[in-house]
Amino acid sequence: MAVVETKALAYTYPGGNKPSLRDVSLTIEKGEFVILTGPSGCGKTTLCRCFNGLIPHFYGGELKGDLRVAGLRVSEHQIYEMAKRVGLVFQNPENQLFALSVEKDVAFGLENLGMQREEMKERVDWALQMTGIEELRERAPHELSGGQQQRVAIASVLAMQPEIMIFDEPTSFLDPLGAQKIFEVINDLKNKLEVTVVLVEHRLDLASKYANHVIIMDEGKVVLDGAPREIFNSETAWLLGVGVPKAVRLWRLLQENGMVLEGVPVSSEEATRFLREILKQ
Amino acid sequence: MIEVKDIYFTYPTGVEALKGVPLTIGDGEFVAIMGQNGAGKTTLVKHFNGLLKPAKGEVLVDSVSTRDVSVAKLARKVGFVFQNPDHQLFSETVEEEIAFALRNFGFEEATIEKRVTWALNLLDLTEYRKTSPFMLSGGERKRVALASVLAWDPKVVILDEPTIGQDHRQKENLRQFIVQLNGQGKTVVVVTHDVEFVAECNPRVVLMSEGKIVADGEAKKILTDTALTLAASIVPPQITQIFLGLTDFGFSYDVIDVSEAKKILLDYFEEAKR
Amino acid sequence: MSVFEGFRFRHVTSPIHRLDPRVKFLYVLAMFVVTIFFTEFLPLLVLFFLQLPFVFVAGVKREWLRSLRGAIFLVTLIFVFNFVFGYLYRSTYTTGAALLEYSLAMSLRFLVLVESFSVFFLTTSPDHLSLALEQSRVPYEFTFAFTTAVRFVPVLAEEAQTIMDAQKARGLELERGNFLKRVRNYIPILIPLIVSAIRRSLELAEAMESRAWGATPKRTNLYVLKMKRGDFVLLALSIVLLAIGVYVRYFVSIPPLSLFLPPLPF
Repeated sequence: MAVVETKALAYTYPGGNKPSLRDVSLTIEKGEFVILTGPSGCGKTTLCRCFNGLIPHFYGGELKGDLRVAGLRVSEHQIYEMAKRVGLVFQNPENQLFALSVEKDVAFGLENLGMQREEMKERVDWALQMTGIEELRERAPHELSGGQQQRVAIASVLAMQPEIMIFDEPTSFLDPLGAQKIFEVINDLKNKLEVTVVLVEHRLDLASKYANHVIIMDEGKVVLDGAPREIFNSETAWLLGVGVPKAVRLWRLLQENGMVLEGVPVSSEEATRFLREILKQ
Repeated sequence: MIEVKDIYFTYPTGVEALKGVPLTIGDGEFVAIMGQNGAGKTTLVKHFNGLLKPAKGEVLVDSVSTRDVSVAKLARKVGFVFQNPDHQLFSETVEEEIAFALRNFGFEEATIEKRVTWALNLLDLTEYRKTSPFMLSGGERKRVALASVLAWDPKVVILDEPTIGQDHRQKENLRQFIVQLNGQGKTVVVVTHDVEFVAECNPRVVLMSEGKIVADGEAKKILTDTALTLAASIVPPQITQIFLGLTDFGFSYDVIDVSEAKKILLDYFEEAKR
Repeated sequence: MSVFEGFRFRHVTSPIHRLDPRVKFLYVLAMFVVTIFFTEFLPLLVLFFLQLPFVFVAGVKREWLRSLRGAIFLVTLIFVFNFVFGYLYRSTYTTGAALLEYSLAMSLRFLVLVESFSVFFLTTSPDHLSLALEQSRVPYEFTFAFTTAVRFVPVLAEEAQTIMDAQKARGLELERGNFLKRVRNYIPILIPLIVSAIRRSLELAEAMESRAWGATPKRTNLYVLKMKRGDFVLLALSIVLLAIGVYVRYFVSIPPLSLFLPPLPF
């Protein structure tokens, strides 16, 4: 069952001189972990904003083409309706936290939805537990590290129990260890809750191993769409200047020098494993 | 030359950011200051142009203590490119933006004109000369910030987390640019937690953790020292991680570069064939 | 800015901190009203001392004293102002003692007002305050604006510092030059700050919308303020204070200060 379906999606920001999206057609199935990537300016952030209705409702302008997310046609539903099914976590952790305590921030969405206090309390507890930040519940956002803040942002989106969660470059401001932690949290959520995940990222070295579907965009169009290993190993990905994982790069270099290799590793662990197999012979 | 003589620094909030840091950076060096967020990297480099003054110890730039000279004077020699270009941009045109520092330093208008043209050219921004910096994309704004610092031709260029939010191609361009700068004789100091970026540049690495320097030397040696990287809470480069799992086949794991890794493996297979 | 020091909340708890902010505010209001009743020195002095038990129980002595110190300038100004103008337009005031008393009373009145508000803000956390606003039927937009503003104050302060550093690193000298030049030197600080604030607001708005802002006019709340015994006590105290204030104002003759002072030369 498709959670996201788009056909010939096109969009130009009001006042923009060229389209940010031109003819985007893709399908995302339930339970997938999608990595959406591409060079800066390719339209991936714009696409994310379409998924929860910020485009066209918040940004204005006309969204052409067809877009269904979680069964709803985005142009026909208000953002707050979409918010119940689509969660969006943004790049800057600081600008997603408004309240003076973590608890209150996590409850924010639920308060907006008018949920009763008892149920809200349970949800907040649950979301804090799922993201591993229960001990931070009474802290003020300003006291937290970037990684902790981002986990609060994730918890506050998670609390609304969306079908699909979208993460727009969530680790930009974090160091590699912090980034790893966030990817682990996201993967954990996907496994435990069967929520569909769309992760926009440049740091493919760290994130690729979790994905089972990769979409690469360039200049407002989808250029590559399929299984991670094929995509990363392709010539096109290389030419686009996407940060193909080092493991894949090594693999390609070895192949270019005449080695015959099977499979494509997308993480350092896999590369080690594959190499060990070969070396044993 | 920048000499840091065992400095200590505590922020007004009470956070002790530097707990005894000794460091010397010679002219023309290329240094990466690495460590986790919060290790004290930015605090340290802010001492190089006098923005911060140490509580204990002192910092000498070309043998002059930073306590004896104003930030403006030090800035003439030590250029600092901040992480977020939006913290600097305020002018009506890119031209004005680049000229700002030059005017502050008292350059003559004729010189300013020439320097601005040069800087625009260097960073591929000539077409945006009369554009408002606020109209440019994120990557372009970063280039404007960089141009505005290089315009006054400082001896030392400090870049604070220049790779944040950049895509692969932008990082590659940046890497080449930095190498070029260093090649021209400038001292380049990059503050970063991006291990892969450093692995590709292979500079001198100063590794910090919790306000102290825990290692200072070749990138390759430091990034492949697993005890060190663990203690400093940084992740070793991907290539190193791959080789860490192959030690029982006789491979050493002090590799950080893809091409080198390829060569090592190919050589091994050649050997194995015979 | 030390007068503002006295208004900043501290992460401490005491019985006063735990009181319902709405009741505390009513108390401050009662204090305000009663203070306005009097232009005589003695009652105002009594009102001033009435604050002290609160300050001690709440454990905010130091901060409160700091706000006192900060207010001294304005207090002195009020005194001088009243005294000088009273002296120059003497027809209303017959004795020097009366003039002195009036000026002292006016400055003391200001002090009492500042101090009672200071105690309020020192013992009420911003989220407690915003909760009180929410439950007092203030439209949520205002409460939200208030809470968000408080939440971002430290962030903006840090950002302002970073911007200053960034521009200083480009040779901007904030301490040099005449007044006009100095004001102009702040443009490279203000513009990035404002632009950044606008960008931040946009991101905040996106995040708010994405978390179902505006989904229903009947917003619920994770916390709820309930009045406890201590709150009722304070409420009763406020009413008693008002009652006594009214009684003293209309039925008791207050001894003027001149009774306690020797005859004055003016």
